[in-house]
Amino acid sequence: MNLEKMYQEIILDHYKHPQFKNLAPMVSGGVEVHHINPTCGDEVTLRAQVVDGVIESVTWDGLGCSISQASTSVMAGLAQGATVENALELTAQFLLLMQGKGVSTDADEILEDGIAFAGVAQYPARVKCALLGWMALKDAITREPGEINE
Amino acid sequence: MPASSLNAEILKQDFPLLGRTVRGGKKLVYLDSGATSQKPTQVLEAERDFYENHNAAAHRGAHQLAEEATEAFEGAREVVASFIGAQTREVIFTKSATESLNLVAYSLSAAESPIQWRPGDEVLLTEMEHHANLIPWQELSKRTGAHLRFIPVTDDGELDLTDIDTLINEKTRILSFTHASNVLGTVNPVRRLADLAHAVGAIVVLDACQSVPHEAVDVTALGIDLMAFSGHKMLGPTGVGVLWGRFEILESMPPFLTGGSMIEVVTLESATYSLPPKRFEAGVPNMAQAVGLAAAIGYLQDVGMHAIARHEEDLVTSAIAQLETMPGVTVLGPAGPRGGALSFLVDGIHPHDVGQVLDDDGIAVRVGHHCAWPLMRRFGVAATTRATFYLYNTHEDVTSLISGIRRAQEFFGTSS
Repeated sequence: MNLEKMYQEIILDHYKHPQFKNLAPMVSGGVEVHHINPTCGDEVTLRAQVVDGVIESVTWDGLGCSISQASTSVMAGLAQGATVENALELTAQFLLLMQGKGVSTDADEILEDGIAFAGVAQYPARVKCALLGWMALKDAITREPGEINE
Repeated sequence: MPASSLNAEILKQDFPLLGRTVRGGKKLVYLDSGATSQKPTQVLEAERDFYENHNAAAHRGAHQLAEEATEAFEGAREVVASFIGAQTREVIFTKSATESLNLVAYSLSAAESPIQWRPGDEVLLTEMEHHANLIPWQELSKRTGAHLRFIPVTDDGELDLTDIDTLINEKTRILSFTHASNVLGTVNPVRRLADLAHAVGAIVVLDACQSVPHEAVDVTALGIDLMAFSGHKMLGPTGVGVLWGRFEILESMPPFLTGGSMIEVVTLESATYSLPPKRFEAGVPNMAQAVGLAAAIGYLQDVGMHAIARHEEDLVTSAIAQLETMPGVTVLGPAGPRGGALSFLVDGIHPHDVGQVLDDDGIAVRVGHHCAWPLMRRFGVAATTRATFYLYNTHEDVTSLISGIRRAQEFFGTSS
C-alpha cells in the first residue's frame, strides 16, 4: 500500500474542489446536523431537504483533512436527488467498503467516485475521516423534517 | 561519558521496538514519545523478573513471596521518591497521571475535603491544559459550585500573566496547571505561580507529565503541594502513574478509591483509613508496573537527566531552526527555552494528511488536538502535527522529519 493508492486523484480533486460545500439557507422542512470526529476535531455541518422521500438538496460546510472533505463532497454529489432509500443503501455500501468487507458487484457503478476511497480501509485511523460526512447524511435523512441538531 | 552528552544511537539499541520497520520495510522514526515512550530491555526485564520470581500480592500474606513482592513494590516507591526529591511516604502509585489528577479533584471536593467550599470560590487553571487537567476540575466545579478561571495564553504560547494578581485572589482555592505544555512545549514558571497561590492560601497542583520524563524535577524546589505524572511517558510500563503530595496535604485528604489495603479497622457500618500513601492505594497494587517504573528511573538516571534535557533541547532547537526556513510551515509555541513538544502547521495540508505522508516514510508523529481542544481553539486551528523527542532520538530523525514534511508539500502540491 503506498500513498498514491490511498490518495487517488479523484480524492485530491474533490479535496481541492469540494462539491456542494456551501450551506443552503435553512428552509421549512429542512434538517441540519452537526457531526464531529472527537479523536481529531474534524467537523461537518450538513443541511438536507427531503420531500416525499426524495433528497432534494444536500449542502455542507466543514473543517477537516483531505479524506473527510473529499468523502463528504462525493457523498453530497451522490445524494442529490436520490431517494432516502437509495441514499441509505449507498451509505451502507460505503460503510462496507470502509470496513474492507467487500462490496456488492455493482458497487463501482453505484458508488461512482466513492469507490476511490477503497484504499482508506487499509488505514483504520482514517476510516472515521471517510465516514464523517456519510454518517451526517444518514443522521439527517432519518430525522423528522425541521430538526436542527447540534 | 560526560554528563552533558549522550549517544542516542547507542541508547537506541536498548529499545527493541525502535529496531523494527513499518509500512513495508521503512525504518521507524519514532517522534511520538510525548504520547507514550518506548521501553528499554531493562524495563521489560524488570517486569518479567517480578512476574517470574517474586509475584504475590503485596502487603498481604505471611509467605516469602508476599514479602518479596512487598519489598519490590515498596522499593519502587523509594526509587520514585528519591528521583523527585520527595519523602517515600509521599509517593502514591496510581494507574495513570489521569487517575492521579482525578484522585486529587475528587478528594478535594468530597464530603471530608480539607477545603470547606464556599459560594464564589474559584479554581484557577490555564488555557493550555491537557483534558486530564481540565475535565476533573469541571466535575469538581459541578460538585462544589466553584468557578473555573483560566490563565490566558499569549500568541507566543506563553502564559499571559498580565492579570495574574486578579486571577489569583482570596477566592482561589486551587491552582492546577501543567509544568510543560504537551502541545506548545512551553515551560511554565512553576515557583512564581506556586508562591502567588500560596500567598492566598490555595493548594497548588502540578501536571508534570511532560517534565518529569525529560528533566530533573525536585518537588521541594518547585514549591508545590501535589504533582501528577505517568510512568509510560518515561520509559516505564503502562498502567502506572504517580501522585506525589506534601505529606500534610495528603494526610488531610479523604480517599478516592476505597476497598482492601487502605483501611485500619472495618466494621459492617464503617471504616477508618490508613495513613498515606496506603490510604490512596485500594486493592492489590500494580506491583510489576511499579517495579518496571523503578527500572525506567534507574535507566534515566544512568543516562543522566541533565544530559537528556540537553540532548532534547539540541534536537528541538535544530528542528525549529529547519522548520522556520521552510515556506508554508509555522511552528507554534515559544522560541525557547522550551520543552520537547513541537507543534507545527503546514499551509494547505491538514495535519492528518501531513501525518499520513510522514507515516508512509516510517515517521510516527501525533496529529489532532492532542487532548487540548480548548488550546486549539485559542490558536484558531482544528489540529496540529506534533513531533516529540526523547533520549533515543537522533539528528537523523530530525532530518527525516524535515524531508517528510517537504514530501507532503510536494505530494499535495503546496510547495512553492
